[in-house]
Amino acid sequence: MWRYFLRKLAIAVPSVIGISILLFTVLALAPGDPFEELAANPNVPPEIRANLRAQFGLDDPVVTRYLRWSGSMLRGDWGFSFSSRVDVDTLILQRLPVTLVVIGASQLLALLVALPVGVYAATRPYSIFDQIASTIAFAGYALPTFFTGLLLILLFSIHLDWLPFVYRADIPGSGWPWIWAHIKQSIMPVLVLGLFQGAAWTRYVRSSVLDVIRLDYVTTARSKGLAERVVVVKHVVRNALIPVVTLVALQMPAVFGGAIVTEQIFRVPGIGSLLISAILANDTPVIMAVTFVLSILVILCNLIADILYGWLDPRIAYH
Amino acid sequence: MAGSIPASLTTRNRGTQVPPSPPPGEAAAPLRAGLSPWAEAWRRFKRHRLALVGAALLAFMALAVLLGPWLWNVPINAIDFAAKLKGPSLAHPLGTDDLGQDLLARMLYGGRISLAVGVASMLIAILVGVVIGAVAGISRGWVDAALMWVTDLFLSLPQLPLLLLIIYLFRDSMKKLVGPELGIFLIIVAVIGAFRWMPAARLVRAQFLSLREKEFVEAARALGASPTRQVVRHILPNALGPVIVAATIDVAAAIIFESTLSFLGMGFPPDIPSWGRQLYDAKDYLDVAPHWALIPGGAIFLTVLSISYMGDGLRDALDPRRVI
Repeated sequence: MWRYFLRKLAIAVPSVIGISILLFTVLALAPGDPFEELAANPNVPPEIRANLRAQFGLDDPVVTRYLRWSGSMLRGDWGFSFSSRVDVDTLILQRLPVTLVVIGASQLLALLVALPVGVYAATRPYSIFDQIASTIAFAGYALPTFFTGLLLILLFSIHLDWLPFVYRADIPGSGWPWIWAHIKQSIMPVLVLGLFQGAAWTRYVRSSVLDVIRLDYVTTARSKGLAERVVVVKHVVRNALIPVVTLVALQMPAVFGGAIVTEQIFRVPGIGSLLISAILANDTPVIMAVTFVLSILVILCNLIADILYGWLDPRIAYH
Repeated sequence: MAGSIPASLTTRNRGTQVPPSPPPGEAAAPLRAGLSPWAEAWRRFKRHRLALVGAALLAFMALAVLLGPWLWNVPINAIDFAAKLKGPSLAHPLGTDDLGQDLLARMLYGGRISLAVGVASMLIAILVGVVIGAVAGISRGWVDAALMWVTDLFLSLPQLPLLLLIIYLFRDSMKKLVGPELGIFLIIVAVIGAFRWMPAARLVRAQFLSLREKEFVEAARALGASPTRQVVRHILPNALGPVIVAATIDVAAAIIFESTLSFLGMGFPPDIPSWGRQLYDAKDYLDVAPHWALIPGGAIFLTVLSISYMGDGLRDALDPRRVI
């Protein structure tokens, strides 16, 4: 298991390097220059501009610039935000927990919906429950997150007036009311993200369980006299989850995309809304860092998926 | 009506669809007498009721956005503050926005943009995907390995942040180069296409890996067909089924991507009211004018749902091994 994990880690490292090269290439290819503003300013003499350029190494070859940039990223020196006058890494560390909590809670919700519904639907294929569940899952998958978000706001905030639609990080007070206020304002963002994922996962779980449930070893388990519940939970679901884990890992980029949209709708102060506000403020260091952090999070999730994979199917780990 | 479209396709494709020896998959499920592969596919597609409904709805929407602006020739930017944020009425069948602009006209115009972005991005994604998948599938060794590594890398990229980054960096220079409307259209289409080719590449490669070992390809090879001819005449036509399904799904994904970008304020400018852009403008008036958000949102939802059902039907129809 350890060797398997180390091998997967060794595959993840080139991916991180590949992504950093890709990001840097995009930045290097882009027109415009951080010193454009100085260049347009007639009060800055050309010598000073040239000195500054030399000092920041802007005229060096691309490879040197890339090595210097990735070196400082590795050392944790992520630069300085133009607009908020704070180090980029402190800014990101402030925002990251909220994003992780919202994403984590919504994935949990998606799992709690998709697993029972998908398995129940697959054990009774083409029943009324299955047809209703499949239709809802299909529709849920076609509903983009930004639209579900607006629909929920329309229903719960405007018509029913139950939930606040602006997320506040600085709610005053303490104790239970404070916790309740936090839960209340997280319900809608988590619902939007969780139900979108849940719809996709339900379809995966259903088709995967359908594939497994007809195999001979399941019939064997039944004919041994095992209870149906034991057959499904212990014999079917574990094997059916293997392809699901792959599909879920492939969905991770979409999850982070959905998180950006959700944070933007409900004004959740996570790194997704940080990215949007940085783009609107032309804050290049923050944009680069947030994109890079999100890429690393996706790769991390793929790594976790690989480990789960090895746990679900020990044959994979010993290959 | 039933046979009209497939019939025209069959005459064009007969040469490619019946290679020296018929593809083995189709031999397994025998064709009905006198039915060409495309007519057979249409027969199967018709049995998927929801797919048929989706296709009809999609055809209706395509016709509406193509012909609609001629029938309903209200300008999309006629400002009328007296009628702002009104619900549906006789003068404005879908109501008006915060400047009193007619929503029906804007929906029809925006639909053109959204559908055009969907189709154009799909074409780029499929073209890139087929080329990369075909090259990886036909060549062995390090070319295949390198191309698949790049594919996997692209699959693990966070697409939305990167789309935002690229649009942020290149938007202004593209606007200067080819004008604001075309510039933003080109960059959105290119970027969505560049991040959606991976599923098609994987599909095509998987198809190639199994098809290139089949007898009919071997026969072509024995007859002295060059690798290019083997690919273009024999392997590719037989790998097209899953690619068509993937292409359908790609149109839906591209429409969602474009709406997402516009919804985040990073897509089309306000004078080009794509459906996502209208949602972005409408979201601050949810309490007074919910219809303004519900109409474009509903249009995106219906389009994507129709395309998904159509893809589902095509999957059944184009897989000759599946018995339905």
